[in-house]
Amino acid sequence: MAKLILNRLSKAFETGGRPAVNDVSLEVRDGGFLALLGPSGCGKTTVLRMIAGFEQPTDGSILLGDRVLADAGEMVSPEHRNMAMVFQSYALWPHMSVADNVGYPLKVRGVTGERRRKKIQEALAAVRLEAYADRRPADLSGGQRQRVALARCLVTEPDVVLLDEPLANLDRHLRQEMEETFREFHLRSGATMIYVTHDQAEAMALATDVAVMSEGRLLQVASPQEIYARPEGRLVGGLVGQGAIVKWPAACVENRLLDWETLQGLLVQSQSSEPADILVRPQDVEIAGEGMPARVISVLFEGERYALKLALGDEQVLRAFSRQPVKVGDRVSIVIRSAWRL
Amino acid sequence: MFRSQNRGNSQPRWLFSFVVVVIFFLSILPLGRLAMIGISSAFQGGARELLSDPAVWQAVYDTLTTSFFGMIAAVILGGGFALLLTLFNVRGKTALGFLFMLPTMIPPQVTALAWIGMTGPSSALLKAIGMAPPLGSPQPLYSIGGIALLYGVQNAPLVFLSLRAGLLALPRDGVEAARLSGASSWQVLRDIILPLSLPGFVAGAAIAFVSCVGNFGIPAILGIPASIYTLPTLIYTKFAAFGPGTFADVSLLSGLIAILSVIGLTVEERVLRGRDYRVIGLSGQVAMFRLGNWRLVGELVLWLAIFITLVMPLTALIASSLAPAYGVPLTPATATLDAYREVLFKQAITRTAFFNSVTLSLATAIGLLVVTVLTGYYLVRSKSRLAPVLSALAEIPYALPGIVLAVALILVFAAPIPIIGVSIYGTIWIILIAYFSSFFAVSLKPVVSAFRQLDPSLEEAARLAGAGFGRRLTDIIVPLVAPAAGASVILVFLIACNELTVSAILWSAGTQTLGVAIYNLDDSGSFNLAAALSVLVVIMVIAMMLVLELMAKRLPKGVVPWRS
Repeated sequence: MAKLILNRLSKAFETGGRPAVNDVSLEVRDGGFLALLGPSGCGKTTVLRMIAGFEQPTDGSILLGDRVLADAGEMVSPEHRNMAMVFQSYALWPHMSVADNVGYPLKVRGVTGERRRKKIQEALAAVRLEAYADRRPADLSGGQRQRVALARCLVTEPDVVLLDEPLANLDRHLRQEMEETFREFHLRSGATMIYVTHDQAEAMALATDVAVMSEGRLLQVASPQEIYARPEGRLVGGLVGQGAIVKWPAACVENRLLDWETLQGLLVQSQSSEPADILVRPQDVEIAGEGMPARVISVLFEGERYALKLALGDEQVLRAFSRQPVKVGDRVSIVIRSAWRL
Repeated sequence: MFRSQNRGNSQPRWLFSFVVVVIFFLSILPLGRLAMIGISSAFQGGARELLSDPAVWQAVYDTLTTSFFGMIAAVILGGGFALLLTLFNVRGKTALGFLFMLPTMIPPQVTALAWIGMTGPSSALLKAIGMAPPLGSPQPLYSIGGIALLYGVQNAPLVFLSLRAGLLALPRDGVEAARLSGASSWQVLRDIILPLSLPGFVAGAAIAFVSCVGNFGIPAILGIPASIYTLPTLIYTKFAAFGPGTFADVSLLSGLIAILSVIGLTVEERVLRGRDYRVIGLSGQVAMFRLGNWRLVGELVLWLAIFITLVMPLTALIASSLAPAYGVPLTPATATLDAYREVLFKQAITRTAFFNSVTLSLATAIGLLVVTVLTGYYLVRSKSRLAPVLSALAEIPYALPGIVLAVALILVFAAPIPIIGVSIYGTIWIILIAYFSSFFAVSLKPVVSAFRQLDPSLEEAARLAGAGFGRRLTDIIVPLVAPAAGASVILVFLIACNELTVSAILWSAGTQTLGVAIYNLDDSGSFNLAAALSVLVVIMVIAMMLVLELMAKRLPKGVVPWRS
């Protein structure tokens, strides 16, 4: 196995308009788990389909180690890439039993008899579906179908496993269980995995690396911790976590991580500094006896706490949490413990 | 390393060439040849000679009048039936719909024979109940009116289907809104439903007209004895009296039919294109009008229509087939199965016809399936801009009347095939090729709708599993479209087995089909044999329609033509 390299990858469809994928360069290390995160229509699925070989890039190239999988001129067909994919619709073949679905890649590769049976057995055991081998996909629940699709990926030891919004059709409860299964699967197989999602929580929970895309471009690639703590630009900042982005006269400061003292100081000498976007996370906003005045504009009870929206004096909106009940229209004082200049 | 330049397409490169070659031979070549000969003979003055022949103008006039009145009859019968059946709470809708659709699947010459058996002085049925007109009085159906009436019966289901599809898509909330605005049932019908269903009426009427223009079986049996010729029967007689100018003449005449058909089809296409409003609103349950005390009356009307257009003619047909000899009254004592024994076991000609029709139809249905699975796959999966063009070209041969295609194929194959130097004219092969061309669209449609329903990721998953095109075809694609493919085979078999128009032009000794055999038996005066053969054909039709009806639940929408 080797690392997967996307080199200045672009894809423009014949229908015209802006390219679906625009100059994306990315390296996924061997055994890495990369989440491709972005709003719908950002081109993440197109990237995935290019890696799988269902679409050909119009520019740039895709390499697995030193083997060129695709460029604008030629490409290796999906049949010969040794990859596997979990589709959003699961794509189980309704006319085959669960065991036949899982064993199909082996059948195509000419693996027969006892060896095939054993491998199917192992793959089904890994997703805890041994008892369902003879069922039809139609007789299974959504989560079980998902696990069959996963077992089908497992069975051939592919170089790269692709997952296209695999949890989008499941309810919340099942999602958590499946996230666990995916993590386990990644640890056990050691395969390079690429996971497309529009759900940032899912991306954070699963991946070793997160790549954020928007309008066909790659905005940032980093570990989940890094991307949460140090997002680049408004788009990433807005997409990751539930922070609020406000304008603050902070353009001149070197340091991007700003504490309350610095923030206050900047406000005082605001004439001397250009405004910049800063990201304020709700857990960093503290309702205190002293600080900036703010007005509560909405309150949402979440069980363990209240989620608030606060309007500052200049009508900019912050998010905050509160343990005590507050009412819409209440005046409060706040302290911003920490903020990040985008 | 395996590398290819297929741009991520799932199709192998040969598939496009395959589809183009298929469509070239089944559609472009024959129709192009017909157009070429037609145009060139028009320029060589053949047109003037032909068009100065009053018989041609008489045939054009008769074609137009019979088709026009046939269309009116079809609209009244089919439209009335569709409105009553769809909009009101009558009972037994499925059975009524199925029975009403039957006449369109019964071969036209059989319909004509059945109606002849029901009317006129020699009707075995009328004689048996003592109501036959005196001998020597004319057969009322041997007339323009008779032909038009039977056109109406045969094609009413087309109007029925077209209108019913529109009515089923009517927004129910629109009707309810009108009700809440204070409109009475009658006002809702007049102000909302009829205007909204007008396109269905017009489209159905246009299709019925085209179908009448191309009909051969009915005017051949009802018109020729009374010296009434429509364009298709005129072409037939021109071939019968083969002469040096025949090819030029028939190509011009079929050109005329093609032009009339294209006008009709254009009207239909225009009207249906404007029917966008059916997507507005939720369409669901339709039975919106309760008839109350009138329900029984409505049901009686519907069953009476079925009785007159289907039960009576078929009873007459059975009666004719059981009658011992021409003129002998049919009673339980004189009824005999001799005619059946004759057509099934004694007559070599009918046995040959059975064998020919069944083998031709099977070969067409199964052979076409192989072609259409590949073509349908290409047409649905390809992103090429050529795909819609190819799809339209595949439709044309079936949309045009069969006689046009038969003439076109004769023009292609009259001379020996170049290079191999073999002539297939007059052999069974030319009929087979004509069937392939004619019923390509019939076979293609169910397969294409199955492919459209198929989630592409099912195939993509197989690609990633490592399966190449052939492998995917056998393991994934074919099993998944199998129900539709089965329907396609039955449908093509059903239509090909009953077909007369194409084989009437293309047959020669030893290659007659069932349709030709029935026609020839009637032509030579063996009416009871023709009736017996027809009864067998009708039984076969009903059996196959029932099989499709039972399969219908497992098939994509629109595959079974009489269900909408």
